[in-house]
Amino acid sequence: MAETLTGAQSLVRSLESVGAEVVFGIPGGAILPAYDPLFDSQGVRHILVRHEQGAGHAAEGYAQATGKVGVCMATSGPGATNLVTPIADAYMDSVPIVAITGQVPSAAIGTDAFQEADICGITMPITKHNFLVQHADDIPSVIAQAFHLASTGRPGPVLVDLPKDVLQSPAQFRWPPDLDLAGYHPTTRPHAKQVREAARLIAEAKRPVLYVGGGVLKARATAELRVLAEVTGIPVVTTLMARGAFPDSHPQHLGMPGMHGSVAAVTAFQKSDLLICLGARFDDRVTGKLSTFAPDAKVIHADIDPAEIGKNRVADVPIVGDCRETLADLVVAVQELYATGTRADLTGWWRQLDDMRERYPLGYEWPHDGSLAPQYVIERLGKIVGPDAVYTSGVGQHQMWASQFISYEHPYTWLNSGGAGTMGYAVPAAMGAKVGRPEATVWAIDGDGCFQMTNQELVTCAIEGIPIKVALINNGNLGMVRQWQTLFYEGRYSNTRLQSRRIPDFVKLSEAMGCVGLRVESKDDVDAAIEKAMSIDDAPVVIDFVVGEDAMVWPMVPAGTSNDEILAARDTRPVFGEDAV
Amino acid sequence: MATRHTLSVLVEDKPGVLARVASLFSRRGFNIESLAVGPTEHPTVSRMTIVVNVEDLPLEQVTKQLNKLVNVLKIVELEPAGSVQRELLLVKVKADLATRSHVLETVQLFRAKVVDVATDAVTIEATGTADKLDALIRVLEPFGIRELVQSGMVAVGRGSRSMSGSDTRLRPVG
Repeated sequence: MAETLTGAQSLVRSLESVGAEVVFGIPGGAILPAYDPLFDSQGVRHILVRHEQGAGHAAEGYAQATGKVGVCMATSGPGATNLVTPIADAYMDSVPIVAITGQVPSAAIGTDAFQEADICGITMPITKHNFLVQHADDIPSVIAQAFHLASTGRPGPVLVDLPKDVLQSPAQFRWPPDLDLAGYHPTTRPHAKQVREAARLIAEAKRPVLYVGGGVLKARATAELRVLAEVTGIPVVTTLMARGAFPDSHPQHLGMPGMHGSVAAVTAFQKSDLLICLGARFDDRVTGKLSTFAPDAKVIHADIDPAEIGKNRVADVPIVGDCRETLADLVVAVQELYATGTRADLTGWWRQLDDMRERYPLGYEWPHDGSLAPQYVIERLGKIVGPDAVYTSGVGQHQMWASQFISYEHPYTWLNSGGAGTMGYAVPAAMGAKVGRPEATVWAIDGDGCFQMTNQELVTCAIEGIPIKVALINNGNLGMVRQWQTLFYEGRYSNTRLQSRRIPDFVKLSEAMGCVGLRVESKDDVDAAIEKAMSIDDAPVVIDFVVGEDAMVWPMVPAGTSNDEILAARDTRPVFGEDAV
Repeated sequence: MATRHTLSVLVEDKPGVLARVASLFSRRGFNIESLAVGPTEHPTVSRMTIVVNVEDLPLEQVTKQLNKLVNVLKIVELEPAGSVQRELLLVKVKADLATRSHVLETVQLFRAKVVDVATDAVTIEATGTADKLDALIRVLEPFGIRELVQSGMVAVGRGSRSMSGSDTRLRPVG
């Protein structure tokens, strides 16, 4: 039975019907009609953020922590364009969000009206799909399609642009609506022949590596991954997007690959004869110079997006499908082969990798000037807070240290901006994660550069009762850029000194935003401050950890060079054991 | 080596679909040589004929990306030998009393036709492959070309099968 509502009412009813629990947003002229019925909604909580970028990242944090679709809302023009960065971020990291934007009335579109921006045109290359709604009757169908597109296949952001007159006009509401998606049929079932061929390569490979990407988390396939890893005994490498997909404490885990990956993980790729790539995309930060990446390896590439397969590296066995189904089928196929006696001995391979692990563990040095080591702060945070918390991070040195020095044991406990590298992600994403998982402790590990981009969402957190915690790794600089200047620009620190150990006073700033602010400057106070923060449950907490500015992220593969050039520490190239397997 | 490829793309007739397809090509670094869009036998489906000059591997990548567009229904590559490929040319040529008969002779030779006549010019319509139209233009050039407009290529597979039918033997791409 169809009911007659207004477009705005139809929108809110559609959001309720599709199961949206929370919308992060800011009202404005064009979206105003939608905010009236939203005011009365029992099913949908609206959280009034302080900047639309915060709404977008909060939707991402919510989505990544819960697996549900995150929703953000903004008005036309600048409201919508402020969502562009989080939408681009969600596109790069395949995060399912739906962005709802107001648009000027249909008759004004194209006239350069007040607060008009062609947000569908602007977001065309950074959304999985977008809709400009022309008829109010279409609203239920468009919202249902938007959520379906965002959450199925390779997830991603979808934008729905709603002209003001469409929101105001009478609208037929019918639920469930028809999904009119004739051109959208993601392949989820892997091809049986390809799976058998992959299983054969896996059973025969002498130096195989499981190259695990964010797709394994998106497919909710971590249990299946663990079974395949344990059945085969193959070493596991988890990318920045996949941290937590396989327990860090597991003896088969070699760590993260790439520019700041562990020596063991990077070496495993370079020496491998078979990469089993699951939901990863051979990103340049992983491969280094592509032509020298894993030169002896055959490649099994499993991904739900056929366009990823063969994009950067030719796949010997391409498998298009859902990672969960692919992993489940692989386990069966590999076990069948093992039963026939086909199984390569990995003892020599493990001896080689264990040797690398032993000789080049992750580590750090204390700054010579007596200041606090940022790595120590993050390491202690992980130890004290433990693996059940959710950690978000910004982008830069602190992000790399957070990926290296915290032990992730569970999926969906590490949220960061991987592909886009969006500074300012941590605080709003932590807010979204905490809203999605209120029972969990949520820590944002942020740098002083990132924090100054989006810290105003702490006001939202304080007012809306979202008690996140922030570990501010304050080295007073744009640390990663400074590291590159140290290494590649003769220490000419052009415009990387933020001086934020002096201004702003982060403790006072945090207190002004309704948070508890703490400051730590020496090693002895680190544990006590973290424990104090853990004991505070009724307000957000910010700890300003004042750390040394000269700390660097190691290991490092300099940009554009081969993974073989990995430096375990400054001027220290690992000695690769050349003993043949 | 880069070669010319003709892609026939069935798309849903929805607002913005041309922009989505065109921007995808430019975003992934491809030059479109020609593009023609028009209605099909199905009222809700449009057909684009896109000619690109690329190597095989990037072509595979761009067709995979095209297939990901929600409004794209089907993509087929039409081989020159297995399809009929046509472009339309309208050309306005100087033709006074002294040259008119020569111009008209050329029109006859190319099985083109005159669609408009003025005292000192004629407008000629011709259809054909790109090669044929190029040849016609070369022959007309000495008379003096006033104005020239050419359509993108449209193409259809030879034989009785249709691209939108499920029994197609045409090779879907991607």
